[in-house]
Amino acid sequence: MPRLKPTASDNQVTTATFRLKGGLFPLTLLEISRFDAVDFEQQLRDKAAAAPGFFKQTPVVLSFDDFVGDLDTLPLADILAICRSQGLLPVALRSGVESLAQQAQVLSLAIMPATRVKPAPEPLVETEPSAATKASTAEISQDEPAAPASVQLELSPSSHIEINRNPSKIITTPIRSGQQVYAPGGDLIIMAAVSAGAEVLADGNIHVYGALRGRALAGVKGDLSARIFCQSLEAELVSIAGTFKVDEDLRNEHWKTAVQIGRDEQSLCITPLV
Amino acid sequence: MGKTTTSAAISSGIAMRGHKTAVIDFDIGLRNLDIIMNCERRVVYDFVNVINGEAKLRQALIKDKRAENLYILPASQTRDKDALTIDGVERVLKELADDGFEYIICDSPAGIEHGAFMAMYFADMAIVVANPEVSSVRDSDRILGILQSKSRRAEQGERVEECLLLTRYNPERVEKGEMLGVKDVEEILATKLLGVIPESETVLKASNQGIPVIHDTESPAGQAYSDAVARILGEEVEHRFMSVEQKGLFQRLFRRSA
Repeated sequence: MPRLKPTASDNQVTTATFRLKGGLFPLTLLEISRFDAVDFEQQLRDKAAAAPGFFKQTPVVLSFDDFVGDLDTLPLADILAICRSQGLLPVALRSGVESLAQQAQVLSLAIMPATRVKPAPEPLVETEPSAATKASTAEISQDEPAAPASVQLELSPSSHIEINRNPSKIITTPIRSGQQVYAPGGDLIIMAAVSAGAEVLADGNIHVYGALRGRALAGVKGDLSARIFCQSLEAELVSIAGTFKVDEDLRNEHWKTAVQIGRDEQSLCITPLV
Repeated sequence: MGKTTTSAAISSGIAMRGHKTAVIDFDIGLRNLDIIMNCERRVVYDFVNVINGEAKLRQALIKDKRAENLYILPASQTRDKDALTIDGVERVLKELADDGFEYIICDSPAGIEHGAFMAMYFADMAIVVANPEVSSVRDSDRILGILQSKSRRAEQGERVEECLLLTRYNPERVEKGEMLGVKDVEEILATKLLGVIPESETVLKASNQGIPVIHDTESPAGQAYSDAVARILGEEVEHRFMSVEQKGLFQRLFRRSA
């Protein structure tokens, strides 16, 4: 697999000896469902014979998600040895089991978190397409024993936490005084006005395609990135993740105009929707 | 606000157009409809008697003297609103429908208590009566919300047909900024406008005399109610009495006829 290596001929002149960059590399997942040293080696050998091009220092991620049997007593070192003998280069382990994680640490294998149940995973979009990754994609897509897994190698500490989001709640009728509507885990979309004395809440964003005259609270579970959008700001109160502004603070140049409200550091910022 | 006046006028108007109509007073303990309809001396049995099985529906219904197809079911003055039960109200409404009544007008008490809830629960259509002032409009908004969430239709996932009747409307005061305009109210409530009833002395006079104002075909209020009735029955009638000029014209007409 080609690697990105800084060389002396690099045009970039820098005093640092290296730099960290995120990249997306397709990796092959070797899903092991059952382990018997003899069978495993034999089957791997057969595969290698069928596709010799593939088994040349090819990095793989070992996965035990579908494993039947006792993972605690699994001889991970043996599996590694057999893989290497057949030209595969296990680089990481994907499993949530603690004993395997300990073994992996001893054997200098990276650990990937166990699979999350996701509806129809889509291939990740490459942000920095390079010739290197493209070539490797082409190479791997032939004669492949396992489905390619897209693994994101992100070196910067990730602040993104995946939240299981519910589908948006869409309301087409006016929200009247005294009514309260809450969209747990997602966005709330109201295709009418929200009356004074009404309250709309969402864990995500709130969209009001009408006048917002009542109270709107977005990101009630603490999502700081939540926003409120409305066609006409006439609200009694707007709040994002607990930071709020009341009627009196809202009666400025944005009053009765189409705006979006987001959270900026400690305060709410209101910007016109153009 | 004008709920009872409106119930009397609209039920009379529908009946005068040849539809068999009943009007029920849901304001138990504060009955007024019988006075406005001028039948208080003819009340023997009332709505609660019928619900409790102490009287037959036929015995309690009072035939209106002015409109041929109109019957009044008066409220009890000696009970309270808890005397109404969902089953009892449903039974009475069903009996009326089986008896050939085409329109049943339920005159709701004020507030959002049990009596109002009983009056609205079985509604197919709701006429929300509001005055052009902020507090009244806010209350109407609340009622519309309850209507679309707590009524039987709402429970079955359907919508109650809702419309707004603005009473005691004074275009001059709207122009001076002392009253909310029709546009403002319509914008706040976002619902269909059934009609605007102009503020008029004739309304009060009619109530005191026990003649529903719709019978006064000369008065703007009576005409405005007639228009509203026509709209309920599906006719397209242009809105009147909403601007100062027209009001002035009618004032002049009035002076001449008075």
